[in-house]
Amino acid sequence: MRNKLINWFRYASPQTFYPLAGRMIPWFWGLAAIFGVAGLFIGFLLAPTDAQQGEGYRIIFLHVPASWMSMFIYLVMAFWAATGLAFNTRLSGMMASALAPTGALFAFLSLWTGALWGKPMWGTWWVWDARLTSELILLFLYIGFIALQAAIDDPRRADKAGAILALVGVVNIPIIYFSVQWWNTLHQGASVSLTRAPSMAAMMLWGMLLCALACWMYSIAVALMRVRVIMLERERHTDWVRALLRGKA
Amino acid sequence: MIHWNSLAEFLAMGRHGPYVWGSLLVMALLMVAEPMLLLQGRKRLIARLRRQHRAEAAERGQASAGDRSMANGSND
Repeated sequence: MRNKLINWFRYASPQTFYPLAGRMIPWFWGLAAIFGVAGLFIGFLLAPTDAQQGEGYRIIFLHVPASWMSMFIYLVMAFWAATGLAFNTRLSGMMASALAPTGALFAFLSLWTGALWGKPMWGTWWVWDARLTSELILLFLYIGFIALQAAIDDPRRADKAGAILALVGVVNIPIIYFSVQWWNTLHQGASVSLTRAPSMAAMMLWGMLLCALACWMYSIAVALMRVRVIMLERERHTDWVRALLRGKA
Repeated sequence: MIHWNSLAEFLAMGRHGPYVWGSLLVMALLMVAEPMLLLQGRKRLIARLRRQHRAEAAERGQASAGDRSMANGSND
C-alpha cells in the first residue's frame, strides 16, 4: 500500500511523466485508428437502416461518442483540478489544462453533428431546449476555462483559478445527462436501447461503442501530447528540460 | 454483408447525404487538425527554448569573461 502510494507520486513528477507519456502516445494512436476504422466500417457499411430515421441516423456513430467525450473529459478535467487544489501537485494543473481544448473540440462536434442530425429529423438546426442549451453551456465552460487560464500569467495561480471554475461547472454535467428525463425536449432519450431484432441492435451498438472507444483513445493520445508541450513550456528553466533539449538533435 | 448495393446509394444516404457527410467530414477534419497543430506548436516551442537556452549560455559565458577582465583591471 505504502509502496503503491510512493509510486503514484513518483509519476506525478513531470520529469518522470514526460518520457512515460512519450512512450504511451503511439499505442493510443494505434488503438484509436483500429477502433475508429472498425467502428466506422460497422456503422457506415454494415449496420442496417433505421426504421424511423432512415439512413440519417448514422450520424449517431459520430454524435453520441462526441457527446459522451465532451461530458467525460469535463469530469476528468474537474478531477485533476480538484487533485491539484488538494495536493498542490504540479502535474494535476497541467493535466487539466491539457484536457480543456480537446473537451471543447468534442463539445463543438456534439453541437455540430447534433445540428446536422436535427435538421432532417426535427426540421430545425437548433432549439433552445434543456439538452441542447446545457451542452452549449458546456462548450462555454471549456472556453471560459481556457480564457481564464490564458489571462493569468503565473501558471500556478492560473491553475487554481481554473480549478475553481472547473469544479463549479461540474454541476452542468448531470444537468446535461438527465435533461432528457427532467424536461420536455425534442431530443430523444438514451439511444442504446433501440428495441429491434437483436442482431441489428447489436450491430448498431457495436458500431457506436467502437467509435466511442476510438474517441477515448484519441482523447488520451492528444491530451498526453498536449501535456508534454505544457511541461516543456512550464519547466523550461529546469535542468531536466535543458538536458532533454540539448540531447535531442 | 455490406448494407449498400452501390456506391451512389452509399453516398446518397437515403437523401440524408449532406447531413451525414457534413458531420463526418467536419469531425474528421478537426480530429486530424488538432494533433497536427499540437505537433507544430511543439516544434516551434522546442526551437524557441533552444534559442533561449543558447542565449542564456552565451550571456553566462560573456558574464564570466567580463568578470575575468574586470579582475584584470579593464572596464566596459
